[in-house]
Amino acid sequence: MNFGFTEEQNLLREQVARFMQEVCPISKVREVAQSANGFDAALWQRAAELGWLGLTIPEKHGGIGLKWIDLTVVLEESARGLSPLPIVSQALAAAAILRCGTASQQAQWLPPMARGEAVYTLALYDDPNWIDPAAVTLTAKRTQDGIVVNGTKAFVCDAMAANYYLIAVRVEEELALTAVPRDSVSVTAQPCMDTTKPMASVQFDEVSLPADAVLPLSTTDLSYLTDLGAVAITAEMVGAAEAALHMTTEYAKDRIQFGKPIGRYQGVKHRLADIYVDVESFKSLLYFAAWTVDDSPDELPRAISLAKGYASDAFAEIGIDGIGLHGAIGFTAEYDIQLYLKRSKWARPMYGDSDYHLDRVAALGGL
Amino acid sequence: MDFEYSDSEVAFREEVRNFLRENLPPKAERDRNFLSTWLAEVRARGWVGFSWPKQFGGSDGGLIEQTILKEEMALAKAPPLGSSFMGLAWVGPGIMQYGTQAQKERFIPDILDSKVTWCTGYSEPNHGSDLASIQCKAVRDGDHYVVNGQKTWTSGASWSDWIILLTRTRFDADAKHQGITCLLVPMDAEGLEVRPIENMAGDRHFAEVFFTDVKVPVDQRLGAEGEGWSVTVSALANERSSIGEVTAMFGKLDTLKELVRSTTKQGKPATQDLKTRRTLAMFEAKIAAMKYNGLRYLTKQINGEPLTSETSVNKLHRASLEIEMDDFAVELCGQAGLQLPGGDNAIHNGRWAKASLSWPNVVIGGGTPNIQRNIIAERLLGLPKD
Repeated sequence: MNFGFTEEQNLLREQVARFMQEVCPISKVREVAQSANGFDAALWQRAAELGWLGLTIPEKHGGIGLKWIDLTVVLEESARGLSPLPIVSQALAAAAILRCGTASQQAQWLPPMARGEAVYTLALYDDPNWIDPAAVTLTAKRTQDGIVVNGTKAFVCDAMAANYYLIAVRVEEELALTAVPRDSVSVTAQPCMDTTKPMASVQFDEVSLPADAVLPLSTTDLSYLTDLGAVAITAEMVGAAEAALHMTTEYAKDRIQFGKPIGRYQGVKHRLADIYVDVESFKSLLYFAAWTVDDSPDELPRAISLAKGYASDAFAEIGIDGIGLHGAIGFTAEYDIQLYLKRSKWARPMYGDSDYHLDRVAALGGL
Repeated sequence: MDFEYSDSEVAFREEVRNFLRENLPPKAERDRNFLSTWLAEVRARGWVGFSWPKQFGGSDGGLIEQTILKEEMALAKAPPLGSSFMGLAWVGPGIMQYGTQAQKERFIPDILDSKVTWCTGYSEPNHGSDLASIQCKAVRDGDHYVVNGQKTWTSGASWSDWIILLTRTRFDADAKHQGITCLLVPMDAEGLEVRPIENMAGDRHFAEVFFTDVKVPVDQRLGAEGEGWSVTVSALANERSSIGEVTAMFGKLDTLKELVRSTTKQGKPATQDLKTRRTLAMFEAKIAAMKYNGLRYLTKQINGEPLTSETSVNKLHRASLEIEMDDFAVELCGQAGLQLPGGDNAIHNGRWAKASLSWPNVVIGGGTPNIQRNIIAERLLGLPKD
């Protein structure tokens, strides 16, 4: 019985924290977010060298072969500083290849991912707010030696930075994932309120893909990958929410009004205490969910729906109150708290909002 | 991270389960002697004061074994392990920490043997959340103190044998915290009068307690004169893990789900109502959060890291759940939800209606939610004091 992290995991946490402070501070985050693709190849290479991109990739494919609870440490710490690295997209694509790919597909795609030579991203649903197999509507036609895809995948994370897309398609009513290289599609960046999480649409115009670029995708696989997406996003929410609480708490200690620090007034301190309660709580739920991924997968659906169901709304309120407790200065582009409000809004619908996850908790609980 | 239990922990859980199978008959089959037999049996196994040191009659039970014992007892909906909740929760630990040898020998065995029931004389009419300002006066006179004043909201005063009493022995303005002294007083002392107070649920759990020239021998003072605040704070900090409450609340959630399955809203099954489903799921998320918060804090303790005020997190969850879960049931059942025990259409014999009027027992009794928020803000976030 031990619900804590190991010495190695604590060292990993310190390593990521140091990286964020020294190599990728918030000034760097803003700079990357303003760049054309929202991506910095040098940072990406550093992350690869530190082993973070191959964390959950098996050693035989050039990764480190750790677990999702280890990845959680990286995501939580890097999101504390709103890291613009597309680690979530890469990790989800790797998980999809490990889950759905053949041995030769894994051997082909995973090693360059672990080395950081390519950026991969995963796109599952076409409907902006529906988690269901029927929400995968992009269709492909089967041909003699593969498939042909026509249409648009509208919501693809980190698509401008990616070299490869793993795209869910419907092939004659069967679901499949297809691995698509960047040069065979056209990508259109979409303005998104959280610039640290760039989003784009990917257009397919008679794109022919060979059979060995197609991976079968069962509805169970789809559900599993959605759950992993929710684990990754919620891990980032924990770090970002804690950072927002910290920034706002420090501001409340320093800001003097009516002759006292505003943190002395119960209207301020009680809200901060409630935020602390929420963050502690969805953090505990998330840690358990992340542990189930590798160690008790049957428990994953309920565990992650409890965590994201709680975190989605709680973090959104933290984003709003973080600005509110700062007052007008929090509303300025210059102040960093506003970046966390944007992150909270971005994270809310990703891989299921609270309505989806809480309804699933009810269903899994027999209602 | 792992959630496995060691062989000896598994064996201990099995021992508790076996005991419960053999010694806890269904409610309908329990006779008049059940409770006294139960108390003697759990005492004989060393499960009363399980975490207390062996020298005081406890079992030196480890943190994980304590958790297992509480969890299994709550799962089985077993009666308490002793007749004096407060005696076991903070009077006994307070006496073990601050008492004289004579006090330990005099009071501890009776608490463990369920011979004596304790109540707690902290709050006064003008001093509840601001406990350090209490005014109940104790004046030293030779080998005893003379106590004059009033306590109120004293739970169980009507049926308790002893009271742990906070008094003021210094009145100079600077001595708010230093001027408090803790006394142990028998409830049949001359000059002590109990007047029960009826609460909004119609129960008489708490009472006013009046002290008129009550003589208390000096050897019934707990800790030094003026040390009463430390005695109180360390006693209240003697927090138990919340696993028992968590297990009980998961049980209550199951009962709520049963209720939802058998109820209609606007003519349709309540199970199809989105708000109902969402509300129940959020209860589940908060209870599960309490569980995993508790396990994280337990792990800290096992690793020898001190817990500070983290337990306030689960106290706040528990406070809101205590209020919201009963209230949810009452609202769900419409007018039938309003009927008290005995009503023709009362739901679950009026359990929810009654409970929805009884939450202050828990929510206000152990420090109001706003006091818990102050504790979190000041001690965990480092915000300045009011």
